[in-house]
Amino acid sequence: MPKKLVVIGNGMAAGRALEELFEHAPDAYEVTIFGAEPRVNYNRIMLSPVLSGEKAYEDILIHDDAWYEANGVTLHRGKQVVQIDRDAKCVRAADGTAADYDQLLIATGSLPFIIPIPGVSLPGVVTYRDLDDVNAMLAAAQKGGRAVVIGGGLLGLEAAAGLKAQGMDVTVLHLMPTLMERQLDPSAGYLLQRAMEERGIAVRCKANTHAILGETHVTGVKLDDGTELPADIVVMAVGIRPNAVLAKEAGLETNRGVLVGDDMRTSDPDVFAVGECVEHRGTCYGLVAPLYEMAKVVAAQLADDVTAAYTGSVTATKLKVTGIDLFSAGDFSEANDRQDIVLRDVARGIYKRIVLKDNRIVGTVLYGETADGSWFFDLLRKESDVSELRDTLIFGQSYVGGVPLDPMAAVAALPDDAEICGCNGVCKGKIVQTITDKGLSTLADVRAHTKASASCGTCTGLVEQVMALTLGDKFSRAATEPMCGCTDLGHDEVRRLIHAAGLKSIPAVMQELGWKTSCGCAKCRPALNYYLLCDWPEEYEDDGRSRYINERVHANIQKDGTYSVVPRMWGGLTNPRELRAIADVAEKYGIPTVKVTGGQRIDLLGVRKEDLPAVWADLNDAGMVSGHAYAKGLRTVKTCVGRDWCRFGTQDSTGLGVKIEKFMWGSWTPAKVKMGVSGCPRNCAEATCKDVGVICVDSGFEIHFAGAAGLHIKGTQLLCKVAGEDECIEVIAALTQLYREQGHYLERMYKWADRVGVDAIRMIVVDDREKRRALFERFEISQKKAQIDPWAERVAGHDAHEFNPMANFTLAEAAE
Amino acid sequence: MSDWIDVGAVDDVPVLGSRVVQAPGGDIAVFKAADGTFFALRDRCPHKGGPLSQGIVHGHSVTCPLHNWVISLKSGEAQGADQGCAHKIPLRINGARILLAASALMAKAA
Repeated sequence: MPKKLVVIGNGMAAGRALEELFEHAPDAYEVTIFGAEPRVNYNRIMLSPVLSGEKAYEDILIHDDAWYEANGVTLHRGKQVVQIDRDAKCVRAADGTAADYDQLLIATGSLPFIIPIPGVSLPGVVTYRDLDDVNAMLAAAQKGGRAVVIGGGLLGLEAAAGLKAQGMDVTVLHLMPTLMERQLDPSAGYLLQRAMEERGIAVRCKANTHAILGETHVTGVKLDDGTELPADIVVMAVGIRPNAVLAKEAGLETNRGVLVGDDMRTSDPDVFAVGECVEHRGTCYGLVAPLYEMAKVVAAQLADDVTAAYTGSVTATKLKVTGIDLFSAGDFSEANDRQDIVLRDVARGIYKRIVLKDNRIVGTVLYGETADGSWFFDLLRKESDVSELRDTLIFGQSYVGGVPLDPMAAVAALPDDAEICGCNGVCKGKIVQTITDKGLSTLADVRAHTKASASCGTCTGLVEQVMALTLGDKFSRAATEPMCGCTDLGHDEVRRLIHAAGLKSIPAVMQELGWKTSCGCAKCRPALNYYLLCDWPEEYEDDGRSRYINERVHANIQKDGTYSVVPRMWGGLTNPRELRAIADVAEKYGIPTVKVTGGQRIDLLGVRKEDLPAVWADLNDAGMVSGHAYAKGLRTVKTCVGRDWCRFGTQDSTGLGVKIEKFMWGSWTPAKVKMGVSGCPRNCAEATCKDVGVICVDSGFEIHFAGAAGLHIKGTQLLCKVAGEDECIEVIAALTQLYREQGHYLERMYKWADRVGVDAIRMIVVDDREKRRALFERFEISQKKAQIDPWAERVAGHDAHEFNPMANFTLAEAAE
Repeated sequence: MSDWIDVGAVDDVPVLGSRVVQAPGGDIAVFKAADGTFFALRDRCPHKGGPLSQGIVHGHSVTCPLHNWVISLKSGEAQGADQGCAHKIPLRINGARILLAASALMAKAA
């Protein structure tokens, strides 16, 4: 007859112990479980993704009802045990349910620590321990408002990120000077704080909570320094303490937790304890890995393997907040007999530290790049001598031996439990197995089935390498061409992620999207600068250092290092005053060449750089502004004389050209944009080889686009026909805005149209009035900051250092 | 004349940027990388003489504004498949001041 095993607690430790037991000795026990929560065993460490909305409760179940049934387990759910009668060998629940045992397993877990301050029992104050807490937070988040999280440890930060993801304004209060001070050193704590703040979570360190405010419901939190923070919900996440009450009342030996030996037995040989309620060799654990190690020993002991012993664990911590990579393990306090190896990459926010003692790793902290975490942790646990590896240790596993391996070899060398996707906690083995089991061959399928690279996408390259290893020749990489050597992401992906992740600076893009270089290159920086300017027109500050020289100094560099200056002539119109000013400027500054351009304006060639601001000042005085002849932006709107003079003219093509240019000048675009307006189909303004061209006809205006007459000659395609000038301008602005939002940097409009399709563009810009209007309005907003004459700004002293040498020693020579 | 000549303050050069020092032998470009390291090269790309001071600085390299040659700031050597070398000017930082080697600074055009 099987012996009776009663388990108090239905959490992860108990669940794992039973799984191990059923494997070792399937029929040895008749098992009864008492669980205080009214549900089955679920994965508590995945509560954060449930809170942030990335997972549902169903996704984190460990044992469903069928599992209990299949193993003959009686589960008393929602029944809290109130007494252990060790003489009668019987436990009793609050409702009177009782069960006899031969062996008892205590797995009562831990209780959230509540700081004893006024107001903690108000409705709206929650802890972060179980699914009920998460549901309470989700209910509060639905109403929006403000959340205050007390505690800047692992749980507190995950709660904060989750509530933020649910749309609340979140402030984290932390007693210590830096976040997660038990797992992180101050440098990594600082980076973490910055990352939390970047995603809009306010962090206050050294903040001692004085009281929780409110009459009938929480309304705020008061700090020791008198500051009051309004709050609709307060999450208390300052820590946990082992729940040893029941064991203590039963007369078992307890200290902070239930005391157990290496055999996991308590002071009563028939009573085991496992999990967070346990104190083993003076240590209590709150992470899942040690609980699982304990569970193994409990199961072995229950299956009569008396030699099984638990000797303590070294723990590693990972923060489960999407987009923040953080890993810490072991001990990293400073001591005389310890040595540090530190690597910092400030621009990318990467920080790695390894603490060595007697040539062995005793601790490691990784921030920003955690791929080598499991390798370091492995070396730490095995206490491997690393003196041979020391020179390149900090660079990680792929550098062992001093020579960088090819990336495929590095991926091939990863163990199956190496984590590939940090966001979704997907390891290499899982990806390989899913590919094999389900016969997957595309990245999209792998994303759908494993969630690997489905969140932030930064591990896409790794996932593809795993696919290539698994599938061999059958794998063909998605044909995305990377933007440049600094990233594996293509232009589309980068644009999508800038928008989706709300990235608003070049360092933020490089950090979050895992740029491989410290500060990009001459290809990606101008592209990123444009994308950010386009996406966040009101917030983003243009970065002159990421502009090509022409756009940085608002003139065109020539082969001898001098510049050319082209003032705007609206629609190709000029007048005696402007012409006189141009003539005067040319003489005054000894400008060698004055030429009429193909875009109906005048080019002053051979201007010395230091003369530029003075030349612009004189042109400004005559009412002229920059013609942006140097810009990836609107260049000219070429026109014919139209109805006013021409005997064939059907509309006021000159006037329309001027209107378009006045509305659209100053806008930045992926590549240059040239326009033309012809007053009749004879097309004297050559509108049908422009990026956008208008052909006036008796009944209105034909809008053409996607032409070019440069490296490639391409006639335009007809976009649509409209009746009035206002509608004409609206369509052209909407078209330009769509191109601004979708174009790859340096991709001319005709190439963009080829890539996305003329029909797709027409559907948005012509057929869908709402989308057209929205595009038009976004263009208008962007123009507010764009239509400031860059020449006038520089005449006024902006960027003066660009135009003056730092020092001049040519005269010193003359004096000698 | 001392061996080193003060040409400006470290703050005169923007990060990831460059300033020109006009010298008897032609302009000299003084660069400041993202990590705050300074470099000085003759302001002429080995390719077609483009003013390197006007290029985009990235890492310890500058991309020439005329034809996108990438030049190492440390050695002046063209990177990748291109071949050529921009003349390097010895540079020292003394406190907040930038010093260039007098011999190189005052040298006449070769």
